[in-house]
Amino acid sequence: MPRTEIRNAHPADGTVFRARGLTKIYDMGEVKVHALRGVDLDLFPGELIVLLGPSGSGKSTLLNILGGLDVPSGGTVLYREMELTKATERELTEYRRQHVGFVFQFYNLIPSLTALENVAVVTDIANNPMRPEDALQLVGLSDRRDHFPAQLSGGEQQRVAIARAIAKNPAVLLCDEPTGALDYVTGIVVLEALERVNRELGTATAVITHNADIAGMADRVVHLRSGRIHEVHRNEQRKSPRELRW
Amino acid sequence: MRTLDRKLLRDLVGLRGQAIAIAMVIVSGVATFVMSVSTLDSLRRTQETYYRDYRFADAFVSLKRAPEEVRSRIREIPGVDFVETRVVAAATLDIPGFPDPVRAKLVSVPDEGAPLLNGVYLRQGRMVDPRRDDEVVVSEPFAEAHRFLPGDAFAAVINGKRKTLKIAGIGLSPEHIYQISPGALFPDYKRYGVLWMARQPLATAYDMEGAFNDVALKLAPGASLPDVILRLDDLLTTYGGLGAYGRKDQVSHRYLSEEFRQLGTLATIFPVIFLGVAAFLLNIVLSRLVGTQREQIAALKAFGYANRDIGIHYAKLVALIALAGSAVGMGAGIWLGQGLSELYMDFYRFPFLNYALSPGKAATACLVSIAAALLGALQAVRRAALLPPAEAMRPEPPERFRETAIERAGLKRLLSQPGRMIARHIARRPVKSLLSVAGVALACAILMIGQFQEDAIDFMVDVEFRAAQREHLTVAFVEPTSRGAIHELRSMEGVEFAEPYRTVPVRLRSGHRTYRTTLRGIEPGARLYRLLDTGLRPIEMPSSGILLTDQLGKILGVRAGDRVTVEALEGRRPVREVPIAALVKQYVGVSGYMDLSALNRLMGEGEAISGAYLFTDRRRLPEIYRKLKEMPRVAGTAIRENEIRSFYETLGETLLVFTFINTLLAGTIAFGVVYNSARIALSERSRELASLRVLGYTRGEISYILLGELAVITLAALAPGFLIGRGLCAYIATNLASDLYRVPLILEPDTYAFAATVVLVSACVSGLLVRRRLDRLDLVAVLKMRE
Repeated sequence: MPRTEIRNAHPADGTVFRARGLTKIYDMGEVKVHALRGVDLDLFPGELIVLLGPSGSGKSTLLNILGGLDVPSGGTVLYREMELTKATERELTEYRRQHVGFVFQFYNLIPSLTALENVAVVTDIANNPMRPEDALQLVGLSDRRDHFPAQLSGGEQQRVAIARAIAKNPAVLLCDEPTGALDYVTGIVVLEALERVNRELGTATAVITHNADIAGMADRVVHLRSGRIHEVHRNEQRKSPRELRW
Repeated sequence: MRTLDRKLLRDLVGLRGQAIAIAMVIVSGVATFVMSVSTLDSLRRTQETYYRDYRFADAFVSLKRAPEEVRSRIREIPGVDFVETRVVAAATLDIPGFPDPVRAKLVSVPDEGAPLLNGVYLRQGRMVDPRRDDEVVVSEPFAEAHRFLPGDAFAAVINGKRKTLKIAGIGLSPEHIYQISPGALFPDYKRYGVLWMARQPLATAYDMEGAFNDVALKLAPGASLPDVILRLDDLLTTYGGLGAYGRKDQVSHRYLSEEFRQLGTLATIFPVIFLGVAAFLLNIVLSRLVGTQREQIAALKAFGYANRDIGIHYAKLVALIALAGSAVGMGAGIWLGQGLSELYMDFYRFPFLNYALSPGKAATACLVSIAAALLGALQAVRRAALLPPAEAMRPEPPERFRETAIERAGLKRLLSQPGRMIARHIARRPVKSLLSVAGVALACAILMIGQFQEDAIDFMVDVEFRAAQREHLTVAFVEPTSRGAIHELRSMEGVEFAEPYRTVPVRLRSGHRTYRTTLRGIEPGARLYRLLDTGLRPIEMPSSGILLTDQLGKILGVRAGDRVTVEALEGRRPVREVPIAALVKQYVGVSGYMDLSALNRLMGEGEAISGAYLFTDRRRLPEIYRKLKEMPRVAGTAIRENEIRSFYETLGETLLVFTFINTLLAGTIAFGVVYNSARIALSERSRELASLRVLGYTRGEISYILLGELAVITLAALAPGFLIGRGLCAYIATNLASDLYRVPLILEPDTYAFAATVVLVSACVSGLLVRRRLDRLDLVAVLKMRE
């Protein structure tokens, strides 16, 4: 497959993402669902933002569009100098392959591969990956590298998923309810892993959640409601995940 | 229950691709069963009616000549109901516009009234008028081959005298349903025909006035055939009796019985394979369905549905697929059965065909297929019925994987992550993987069966006619003639060389086993008629002792070095014990062979010959035919190449039809297995594959992971498929072996290549269908879904 080169240079203002006037309408036959009604959002290098909102607020739709999994009905998204909204299917695949790391609510590990192999499945196809062992070490799972998903706890599975997401050295990490399926203690461990990656590697990170308490660990918190940005506030001081309570 | 039934129909619509693929396999099974069974039933029923209405005889005997008075002595044998004496003569025909020599069997019909036995069914025209000495009724296939109509005429040489015969009618007889000339490999309607002539004129032409040379008998109910045969042979020995035999040794009846046996085999093997594969497919599809519907099952149980209700619900789904498959299969089977019966009518000449499918057999087909389907689905249905609701509420636990043996053996480094996924998925469910391999292998095997018949026939023709019998022409004299006659043939222009032979009708005996056949004497060092040992190498004719076809050795239970009693059935009818020098390989018929001089010594005769094999300059064949037709001593001539060509013409179309149907059936299995495996793999792994897409894998790369597994299964199935195919062919060959013919187990490389190609193409087609779904994989939706 021909590689589409996406230049690593940032645009003049240094944003990773620049979304303008994003709308998304799902055509459900007779009903039209307005998932996004005009969203403007920037994400800067090294920043950790939390997208907060009740279900149906459009946060997942926004994340999917940023991740190149979905296309908006209107508006533009610029990733560095590439206009995602105009990219072909092939370019989007390449974009996901080299630049974005995903973490899902239900981990989505490959059951037939061990922890290490689940990470390797991504490093195999990326241009500039870290060693899978190093990625696992970063999330504190070196000793579980040869375990299959069925042999790991939920928190461990999610940490493998984070290792898998960061192993390609992505410019941006997108996390959809990463603690949604986990209990409190495990959730904190997973958030610590995310925070550490953001701090040590400087990966711009967007975390979706409906859990307002997680917002404390963000640089910026974006509140979504009914497809619009309702409010943005900046934390003066990021809390460490250990200080979070819910 | 009505809402649940609605769910059933919607599930079925959701599964339509897979349901259709499974139903197609059931269709194939039911269709082959209905086709073979209905054809078999129809032919049997037709045969029975025909035999009864046209009074097919129970016993037959040919003899040299007996005065008509002997008839009443035959009648007096206890157990004999009717006796019909006849004159049967061989003739050579000269047909306008057809240069090849044509042989005919002339059979007398009574001057007054219809034959008591072996009646003639008139298709066109009328029966012969006994007051006229030149009228004949000709057999239908022969008439068709030459486009004869009542009123046409041709010349015949009977007993050395030339005579013009007029066609009064065209008919058929239960005695010649399979019309094949004695000693021929295949029917040749152009060069061999049966003619019926009034007794008086035929007797006059054949010097049989007041005498007969053929007898047909009807036995009284409860009479013992062996007893009657024994007394008949006793009585007719002085009249040159050639040994009486019952229906089961009558040529036409024999071929028909063999055919019925083959159809019976067909009616078992194929349906068993197809229904077995269908059961397996239902098992994997239903297991998957129950897996994905766990939460629904839990909810239904929470609402108060009983285990039995749930079980019945899924059983209904299976039964519906089987029922639909059976119904279509029934229709297809009837259609194919009618077609097959029509094809049979080309080889087996019945005046009519009562095509019918008995309701009992139809119901059997339905019930068996539904039973097979339910049996296949049993485990999955049970699992659904017994699933505890609380457990079902939770998602299925993740599948457990482990490293495969290949990886543990240190080959892990050779496999990429996708490669490991393929290997582990196959290894995770070894039984399912093995059954998938077995299913595809069976498809491969079925394809080989179709091609095998063609390979075997080609091989038989090659061995019999190119390695063993290499003459262009066989000339048969009216009766044993002095050796000098060979010179006359040799001196004919265009004859390059001629080798004499002598045939003697004999009964061979070893202990209590006996077999009637001919003993053929040939000269040592013969180049045209060669005998092959069991390794198909030519062997030299020993100056003493007898050679037997290996199959005859089996029938008599003797081996080389044993002794066998030869009872000659002509001349002075000597009885001698002769050592068996060796067994020889022969695919068609069974005979004994001796050195020509040794045979003549055994007969106590001088240097007599029955005919000769000729090797000719082919360009001069028409001239040779003409001269041979003029020679009064020549009773018949057979031309090898033409026989072969005419056989392939008749068989060619039939084989093509069979190959086509076979390919279709086997393709259905290969497609059904691969497509279902692929769809299930897709539904089990769409989440995983979508995740990989999100992680940046391309469509091609995830297709490789999914379809790679199927490619491994398909490729792994080829070698066992070849083995099973060979085994099935061997089984069929063994099953077909009789004294009429033996089918060699010959499978050409083409056959393997053809089977592999069809399997691979079917697999590719199902792969492409699934690939289309992979391309439409909804990444967002799949990620939302909880496993």
